[in-house]
Amino acid sequence: MPPALRLANLRKAYGDVIAVNGLNLEVPAGQCFGLLGPNGAGKTTTIEICEGLTTPDSGVVEVLGRTWARDAAALRQRLGIQLQDTQLADKLTVFETVRLFRSFYHHGPAPDDVIALVQLEEKRAARVIELSGGQKQRLALACALVGDPELLFLDEPTTGLDPQARRQLWDLIDTFRKAGKTILLTTHYMDEAERLCDDLAIMDRGQVIARGTPRGLIDATGDGQTATLEDVFVTLTGRHLRDD
Amino acid sequence: MTRLADHPLVQLTLVRVREFTREPEAVFWSLLFPVLITVGLGIAFQSRPPDVLKVATTSATLASSLRLEPGLDVVQLEPVAAARQLAIGGVVLLAEQSADGLVTYRYDDTNPESRTARMLADRAIQRGAGRADPVATTDMLVQEVGSRYVDFLVPGLVGLGVMTNTLWGLSFSIVDSRRRKLTKRLMATPMSRAHYLLSYLVWRLLVLVVEVGVPVAFGAWAFGVPVRGSLSALVVISVVASLSFSAQALLLASRARTIEAASGLVNLMSVPMWILSGVFFSAQRFPDAVQPFIAALPLTALNDALRAHMLQGASLAEVAPQLGVLAAWLVICFALALRLFRWR
Repeated sequence: MPPALRLANLRKAYGDVIAVNGLNLEVPAGQCFGLLGPNGAGKTTTIEICEGLTTPDSGVVEVLGRTWARDAAALRQRLGIQLQDTQLADKLTVFETVRLFRSFYHHGPAPDDVIALVQLEEKRAARVIELSGGQKQRLALACALVGDPELLFLDEPTTGLDPQARRQLWDLIDTFRKAGKTILLTTHYMDEAERLCDDLAIMDRGQVIARGTPRGLIDATGDGQTATLEDVFVTLTGRHLRDD
Repeated sequence: MTRLADHPLVQLTLVRVREFTREPEAVFWSLLFPVLITVGLGIAFQSRPPDVLKVATTSATLASSLRLEPGLDVVQLEPVAAARQLAIGGVVLLAEQSADGLVTYRYDDTNPESRTARMLADRAIQRGAGRADPVATTDMLVQEVGSRYVDFLVPGLVGLGVMTNTLWGLSFSIVDSRRRKLTKRLMATPMSRAHYLLSYLVWRLLVLVVEVGVPVAFGAWAFGVPVRGSLSALVVISVVASLSFSAQALLLASRARTIEAASGLVNLMSVPMWILSGVFFSAQRFPDAVQPFIAALPLTALNDALRAHMLQGASLAEVAPQLGVLAAWLVICFALALRLFRWR
C-alpha cells in the first residue's frame, strides 16, 4: 500500500514570500495525521498543494500513490476536502447543499445518511444562513464526506468554534478514523492535536521541524511529566504557537 | 447516479435557479420592471383613437340624421338646455331647425373640433334629406399598428432587459461565489468546469422564457404590439442574444474578486449601450460617423433584430447580420473568458 501522501523537496513562493521551503513529508495510510504550526508557517499552502488546488514551484507530490499532473480526475473522486473559511451558498438548504456535492461523485452515501452522520437531521430543511458556526462546520464536513473519501483533508476545522461544537466535531473525526480512513488535519490548537492525531509534523517557516507521535514529542522535551505540545513548540522554535 | 435530477449540471442549474428565485428583489427587477416601464411609457405615448365629437340638436328629425354619422355623439335637448351645453363646452356644435326648414349651426369657428363637427353634421343632415354624392369615395387609414411609439419601445425594452439581467445577474453570482471561496471549494470536488459555466448559461436560458415572453405577451395584450415573425425565429434570436450576453458577463466577471470591481466593469459595458443602442429612441439620430460603432454593439444588434422580427416579420435570414454580430461577441468573449477565468 502506498503512503497516503508523499511530499519531497516541496517549494512554493508567492513573490518574495517563501511559503513552503523544501518540505519533505510522508504520511502512511490509515492515520489521523496532524500538521501543526503557527499562522504563516505554510500549513495551508502545503495542504492546498496536496489537494491539487495550488501548483508547487518544484518538488514531488504523490497523493494515494498518484500525481495531480496525471490523475487529477481520478484523485478528485477519492478525496474529501474541507477548506478554511469557505462560505457555502446562503440561500440553499442543508439537504440541497449536500445533494449538490453528492452529484459530483460517482460513489458515496445518500445525502440523508451523511446529514445524519454529522447530526444535522433537524436542520435538513434549514437554509445555510440560519446555521450556527458549528453547524456550518459540520455541513462543510458533510460536503467533504459525501464522496466516501479514502483521504480527508481538514484545514483548521475547529477554528472559531465554541468548546462544545469543537468536541462534537472531534467525535465525527474519530468516527471517520475508526473506519480506517486517512485524515490530514491542520490546526494550531495543541489539545486538538493531542486528542485526535496518531502522528504529527510541526511546521515552521515552510519546513517540517519535528515529527513524531504527540506522546513521543512531549517525552522528548523537558521533563516529560508536565510538558504539553505547546511546550514542545516553544522549545523547538523559541516562539509561542499563538499570539493570543 | 442514473437519475437525471442527480446529474451535476442539473444540480448546479438548480443552485442558480434557487439563488435567483429566493431573492425576491431580483425577480422583481428582472421580470416586473420591464412590464411597468412598458405600461408607463405606453400610456404616456399612446396614440389616441379618433375623437368622437359631441353635438346637440333640438330637433328629432335632425337627431336621427346626425346619428347616422359615426364621428358624432348626438344629444337631443330642449332649446334652453342645448344653449347652455354649447355655452359651457359640453357640446361643440348645436344644430337647430326653424319652422321653414332652415338649419342653423351654432358653433365657435376658432375651435377646430367645432369646424369639423360643422362639416360632419352638415353632411349627415344633407344625406338624411336625400342628397346623393356624385363621386364615389373610400377611406384607407394609414395609422397602422407597428409604427406607433409603443411598437418601437417594446422590442427595445425586451432587448434592454435581456442585456441588463444577464450582465448583472450572471457577473454578480459568479463574483459572489468566488468571493465566498465557494468556487474554490467546488474546484476541490470532481465537478467539471464546463458544467459549472454551463449551469449559468442554462439558468439564463430558463429565465429567458419569462424575460422575453412576459414583456412581449404583455405588449401584445395591452397595446396590440405585433409579433409578425415566427415564434421559432424569436426563440433563435433570444437564445443567441442570451448566450452572447452571458459570454460577455463571464468575461467581465472572469477576474474580479469583489462585487465593486465587477459592477464597475458591467457599468462600463452596459451604460453606453443604454444610450447608443436605440432602446428609447432610434440610434439613427446619432451622427453617421459613429453608426458603424453603434451597429457593432450587441444590444444594437439585438434591438434591430427584435424590431425587424416583431414589427416587419423578418425571417432569420433577414436578421442574419445582427445574429452575426451577437455570435461574434459570443465566440470572442467566451474564448477570452475561458483563458482568463479565475477559478479560486
